[in-house]
Amino acid sequence: MGLFDLFRQDRKKNTAKAAKERLQILIAHEHAGGSRGNTGPDYLPKLREEIIAVIRKYVEVDDDAVNVQIEKGDDLDMLELNITLPDAAK
Amino acid sequence: MSKVIVVTSGKGGVGKTTSSAAIATGLASKGLKTAVIDFDVGLRNLDLIMGVERRVVYDFVNVINGEATLKQAMIKDKRVDNLFILPASQTRDKDALTEDGVESVINELKADGFDYIVCDSPAGIEKGAFMALYFADEAIVVTNPEVSSVRDSDRILGILQSRSKVAEEGGSVKEHLLVTRYSPERVEGGDMLSVEDIVEILSIPLLGVIPESGSVLQASNSGSPVILDEASTAGMAYSDAIDRFLGEDVPHRFMNVEKKGFFKKLFG
Ligand SMILES: Nc1ncnc2c1ncn2[C@@H]1O[C@H](COP(=O)(O)OP(=O)(O)OP(=O)(O)O)[C@@H](O)[C@H]1O
Ligand SMILES: [Mg+2]
Repeated sequence: MGLFDLFRQDRKKNTAKAAKERLQILIAHEHAGGSRGNTGPDYLPKLREEIIAVIRKYVEVDDDAVNVQIEKGDDLDMLELNITLPDAAK
Repeated sequence: MSKVIVVTSGKGGVGKTTSSAAIATGLASKGLKTAVIDFDVGLRNLDLIMGVERRVVYDFVNVINGEATLKQAMIKDKRVDNLFILPASQTRDKDALTEDGVESVINELKADGFDYIVCDSPAGIEKGAFMALYFADEAIVVTNPEVSSVRDSDRILGILQSRSKVAEEGGSVKEHLLVTRYSPERVEGGDMLSVEDIVEILSIPLLGVIPESGSVLQASNSGSPVILDEASTAGMAYSDAIDRFLGEDVPHRFMNVEKKGFFKKLFG
């Protein structure tokens, strides 16, 4: 064991702290994208498809232009729709 | 009233089977009639951990398919009264476990007067894991102090509270956190998440902390659930967890670095 090894424990970063911070950010993000663990109701994909079809009657949008999510709240859940319109439609 | 408990984790290899064996054995040791079911179709292992591998004649899928009765398939433990093991099938057919089939087995166990039905879930969030959790009243979420395991636990908690039968009926599955393979030395050294960190992130009640222990491997070598090794730290921690599960207020042990005395160093 070299002299430096004696001090290695102190020089090493506290990686557990980094782990905790990364997890907190990630899990907060994943919860925001649907219920806990991102499992929305089964009808979401179909709903999304139909909304795209309706929008396409008026504007030509990409397949990924519509984002549908359920935001779980304490008292009520919210259906969140995000529709990105192409530049030309502005 | 029978209770169905799923032992689950999302991530593989974190200690579900070890914990299922210990928990079922612990509950039965308290005089509670307990069945432990291996849901890991194709990768049967609970039989080995319970030491009953040579007594397997029929399995879970045989019962579901009507090729054997539940009584024929269940293996009665020879060490502990009131303990029965239902082994998984080694079939590679992913669809062998049907919802109706699983439900009828669970209902038969309930009608038979079982107090606890412990479901050892496979890893992942596929069919097998889903079947293991679908009928659960309570869930023991096994988590290692490690980023991917904590994240997967969070994910499985989400599935429990949205996709299980209880959740579909508007209720909620009672959650318990079981942290396993815990090493207080490494937590103190700053390179392992602490129990407090994990509880804060997952925010579910802590059932127990099982230390990393060589006796778990020894227990699996000899086919005897580690909870029966009353001298081992892991065995004691599982016993405490059972007492807590049954409502006793038991302080947590083995969570801090033990200052080893001279004798402990020599013989520990
Ligand atoms: N407290 C512990 N201390 C030391 N080793 C442990 C501990 N708990 C589990 N292990 C070891 O970890 C490995 C995986 O355990 P186990 O088979 O119970 O996990 P699992 O979650 O059921 O895995 P799978 O997802 O494959 O079903 C085994 O080798 C076991 O001996
Ligand atoms: Mg297993």
